[in-house]
Amino acid sequence: MPTLPRGLTETDFNTALDQFAAALGAEHVVTVDEDVALYRDAYSPLWNEPSELVASAAVVPTTVEQVQAIVRIANAHRIPLYPIATGKNLGYGGSAPNLSGSVVVDLKRMNRIIEVDDRRGFALVEPGVSYFDLYRHIEERGLKVWIDCPDPGWGSPVGNALDHGVGYTFGPFRDHFGSHCGMEVVLANGEVLRTGMGALPKAQSWQEYRYGFGPYVDGLFGQGNFGIVTKMGFWLMPQPEAYRAGLVLVPRRRDLIALVDHVNYLEHASLIGQPNYGCPLQRLVATEPELRALLEKPGGPTDDELDRFAASHGSAVWQCELQFYGPARTVDVNWEYAKERIAAAIPGARFEERESYRFPLSPQDKEGVPHKVALGIPNMAIFSIGARSEANPSPRDGHLWFAPVIPKSGEAILECQRVLGEVYRELGMGGSAFLQTPATWHFRAFIMLVGFSISRTDPAVNHRSLENFRRVVEVAAEHGWGEYRSPPVMADTIMSTYSFNDHALRRFCETLKDAADPNGIIAAGRGGIWPRYLRETPR
Amino acid sequence: MISFRRTAALVALAVAASAAAQSPEQIERGRASYEYWCAPCHGPGIGNNGAQHLPGTDALRVKYRGALPALLTERTDMAPDLVKTYVRQGITVMPFFRKTEIDDTELEAIAAYLTRNNPRPDR
Repeated sequence: MPTLPRGLTETDFNTALDQFAAALGAEHVVTVDEDVALYRDAYSPLWNEPSELVASAAVVPTTVEQVQAIVRIANAHRIPLYPIATGKNLGYGGSAPNLSGSVVVDLKRMNRIIEVDDRRGFALVEPGVSYFDLYRHIEERGLKVWIDCPDPGWGSPVGNALDHGVGYTFGPFRDHFGSHCGMEVVLANGEVLRTGMGALPKAQSWQEYRYGFGPYVDGLFGQGNFGIVTKMGFWLMPQPEAYRAGLVLVPRRRDLIALVDHVNYLEHASLIGQPNYGCPLQRLVATEPELRALLEKPGGPTDDELDRFAASHGSAVWQCELQFYGPARTVDVNWEYAKERIAAAIPGARFEERESYRFPLSPQDKEGVPHKVALGIPNMAIFSIGARSEANPSPRDGHLWFAPVIPKSGEAILECQRVLGEVYRELGMGGSAFLQTPATWHFRAFIMLVGFSISRTDPAVNHRSLENFRRVVEVAAEHGWGEYRSPPVMADTIMSTYSFNDHALRRFCETLKDAADPNGIIAAGRGGIWPRYLRETPR
Repeated sequence: MISFRRTAALVALAVAASAAAQSPEQIERGRASYEYWCAPCHGPGIGNNGAQHLPGTDALRVKYRGALPALLTERTDMAPDLVKTYVRQGITVMPFFRKTEIDDTELEAIAAYLTRNNPRPDR
């Protein structure tokens, strides 16, 4: 017996399923328990608990017209729908809904790559296309463009962008929603909307000019629940002639402030791609009791203590990998410029050469690239985080991430380290916040990641993870740092921190939601936005 | 809700891993599906940031410590149902796969491919 949508009788539900089957074909309506169970969130922190977010059924459209039919049937019966693209948003809900009893709209079979133009630099794809698919399409045709992909290549460019996902190459391309241009959406009333230039019936530039005319509404569909996106355009980076990387190492803790300023300049001037910060002292934590003692001190080490330890072990305190893309001559000159600029500003800065490539790469050369996503090559190697390994002989069953946005400055990193260090101590989480460096996917902000374990056999692990997650959200918000993306179970908690002027943002979105989706059928709860009927009574 | 009785199921499936009847066409389809869905974690090649192995391969290497091959394509001990169980139930950070990703026919083919070298009962 499935978990039915709230307020629906089994008879009404079965009537709706019959109508879905008439519209799609019975083979495209998933109702068998063991098949519906495959829509569970494999990384759910509520696994096997009564509150686990589970689907009642799934429907599998292959055309926009079928998506329209699904929405109209759902509206008639007030059935909540939850659209997924490739359903691989692990850590952020996977293929499970935000509201138990929802019917998942599985868009995996809408998998056409409609267009890739390497002269004008864009692609137009459906939600079921994966990064692997798009990459292969481009490679097989020898097109001279790169994609920017997140860590796992099985994700969907559409789904990832709609969740504000991020990647690893050059500048604005790493912001996958930010680099989209034009979308097609089935609205809650079953109408098809095209945004930007797509609203002009004979437009020739849907994927080239994002605003069209009038209000820019695309943002409503990112982390939102105002429609089901069925096509999306993306700007693509021209295949560069060359790539090279170099490492900058600085000797003192507070050198981080100047280092970030100069790397910001290089990045914002489009001289480098993603900068990768790190702390060389991390590799000494396991072997050096003196360092562990410093990190475990209340308040953490002083600047002098950390600097002395680093100097006595011949180590820098911070490093940053700079990645250059472009003509071969240009990347060489830009690396020289970066070295001169940073050496003049930070006494004791050192520089090391890293990988260098000319494109296109042979298949053998691609295989040897250690960080493939930096070259827009989709892969799955990131699963080494969490999988069984020498360093992790007893793996968990998944993870959640708290990923607060902080300012793009060295001062902000140092302050966040201090605050996270206190929280880790308070919660007994362990870890060395004082050596933590930010994730740099976003072009204009840093992220400080905090990870939480998930177990499919020990609910206590999940309870502790959720309690700690909530506490870190609270502490971060007190300092003005907010999460950029959320697992369903934390969406309300996180949205509640975006509370300026008595939650004006959420209330505005609710007003729009009630107008555009009065029956509240699309992705109830996504982004912390609930339809009226679920706001007014307990869920 | 489905209750996964994983441990008992896997123990039961780990025995009697002799090859079932497979056609060359099915094995070839299974190879292609395996390369698309499984090899990005379970294949050969380097892992994250130049690590020696891909994550699925490394996980099995550490798990079996040489008692069994780390590469699934080199195994001869897995029953087809064992392959299907892992795909539909997942294990640690490997999630399960929906039928819109790997349908039952495709999964039969993957299982046929990964068990193609199993000892046959008539040999």
